[in-house]
Amino acid sequence: MHNLSLKQLAEGLRSGKFSSRELTQHYLKRIEAFDPQLNSYITVTADQALAAADAADARLARGEGGPLTGIPLGQKDIFCTSGVRTSCASRMLDKFISPYDATIVKKLQAEAGMPMLGKLNMDEFAMGSSNETSWYGPVKNPWDVTRVPGGSSGGSVAAVAAGLAPVATATDTGGSIRQPAALTNLTGIKPTYGRVSRFGMIAFASSLDQAGVVARSAEDAAQVLQAMSGFDPLDSTSLDRPVDDLIAPLGRSIQGLRVGLPKEYFADGLDAGVRACIDGAIAELKKLGASFTEVSLPNSPLSVPTYYVVAPAEASSNLARFDGVRYGHRAEGVTALEDLYSRSRAEGFGPEVQRRIMIGTYVLSHGYYDAYYLQAQKVRRLIYDDFRRVFEQVDVILGPTATDVAFKLGSKTDDPVSMYLNDIYTIAANLAGIPAMSLPCGFKDGLPVGLQLMGNFFDEAKLLNVAHQYQQVTGWHQQSPKGFE
Amino acid sequence: MAQFIRIAYPHILNDSYPKMSLSPEQIRQVAKLARLELNPSLTDAYAGQISNILELVGQLSAAKTEGVGPMAHPLDMTQRLRADEVSQPDQREAFQAIAPAVQDGLYLVPKVIE
Repeated sequence: MHNLSLKQLAEGLRSGKFSSRELTQHYLKRIEAFDPQLNSYITVTADQALAAADAADARLARGEGGPLTGIPLGQKDIFCTSGVRTSCASRMLDKFISPYDATIVKKLQAEAGMPMLGKLNMDEFAMGSSNETSWYGPVKNPWDVTRVPGGSSGGSVAAVAAGLAPVATATDTGGSIRQPAALTNLTGIKPTYGRVSRFGMIAFASSLDQAGVVARSAEDAAQVLQAMSGFDPLDSTSLDRPVDDLIAPLGRSIQGLRVGLPKEYFADGLDAGVRACIDGAIAELKKLGASFTEVSLPNSPLSVPTYYVVAPAEASSNLARFDGVRYGHRAEGVTALEDLYSRSRAEGFGPEVQRRIMIGTYVLSHGYYDAYYLQAQKVRRLIYDDFRRVFEQVDVILGPTATDVAFKLGSKTDDPVSMYLNDIYTIAANLAGIPAMSLPCGFKDGLPVGLQLMGNFFDEAKLLNVAHQYQQVTGWHQQSPKGFE
Repeated sequence: MAQFIRIAYPHILNDSYPKMSLSPEQIRQVAKLARLELNPSLTDAYAGQISNILELVGQLSAAKTEGVGPMAHPLDMTQRLRADEVSQPDQREAFQAIAPAVQDGLYLVPKVIE
């Protein structure tokens, strides 16, 4: 059952081949059997999952429900789930039980009828590219358990790649959906900023954070993104515009599609084996009728430095709410209020989160604001203008998602700058706010390689269409890691 | 990395950018502002790592941004306003239930005034 597409699972549920309870039990058993090797779940919610599966079975028996009703999912542990621990992979929130549901939790679980299998591991507060900063320990890559799954949505991708969830939610602030999807042979999409509600999604960098999905195909991703998207009055940056149909356009021909290849994404620093896979994908898309032109995003090399001003600045203000008073970790035996704040925060946050808070505090502090923060916001506009110009000439931009395949656990943990450079190809899309996705396009030394597609604002349907057409003529996305059959 | 950017894309950078580094004393000051109790044994490590990160972001000062308006947000959105009406029920008890220490509906903190 865990090799079926979401569409096939929906057919199985409707035809009575299996019930949602049976399907959910199947995944819960797989989690029990395989997750000790991977550490992809922080919390498994078996009882709630089975209760939700029974409710879904009842809906289906009445002839109600939609295409996702009864299909279980994993939720990244950044989304607030009422009555279930929401940790954000931090000691700070180890005992935090959210009093409310995130909007996407309501949409996918209560409305669409997807039972939640559990809460998925991640980098602490989504700060990381390897899932090694989690308070609950690193996640392993199912393709090679000595390697990282990428991050921050490392638990989401490891679970879906190993068949421990049919599909999972994820979030992307600088590449946290696309880079882990690339490293685990999955299809992951970050929609346009504001397309999916951020209400109940624990904030890291509010002008960059966007929720999305990781799945085993573009078609699966389209179905879940369709159900997650939409205007939400509870999110002040939510887009008040109708959601496009993401499903019907999947089948369209891509004959005549204009694809831009940014020369900066193929410069020094890109691994030759990864490059070869990308070239193979370009050849396939040409056969489908796409045409390619070289384009330039001249300011994109500045996206990493821009991000490491903007994101920590926003994080340092967002994380100021954790004070040991209203919720979250509180230090014991403190006698002064000032010490309660600083000791609770020092004990509750891990080293990477503390580093970023300190960078953010520094770049926003008196005397440095103009040099760092204001300058970063200006460069952000240059990066955004680059995309606007290029999208006057092409429909989509294509390049690698990551410079190389998954790296060894522990190999970059002592060198933050080298870790940050993992996101060199993904960050620009967050700074500009455009949709972007990663999909499998081959293997180097037995490890998956991801292809990145970036689209103009609101062009999720076009990206998914291109990815789906590519997946109709290639089989990379159907490969699964050995040892998890 | 700085080297790499300079060689590959000299046209987007001005001639020079300052090398920034933070001393352990500055780290202590920043940690104080951020309300983080600093483990003394980690101060030097943080100073080194954060200096490396600032060197990376220091490249920004060499970007040519004369006349460019700062961008705070994608789509240059403005915050939406809602009607000034009560829209949420009182959830005081639910919120207090997850607090580390409460009494009589109040959040408890260490004594502030002697």
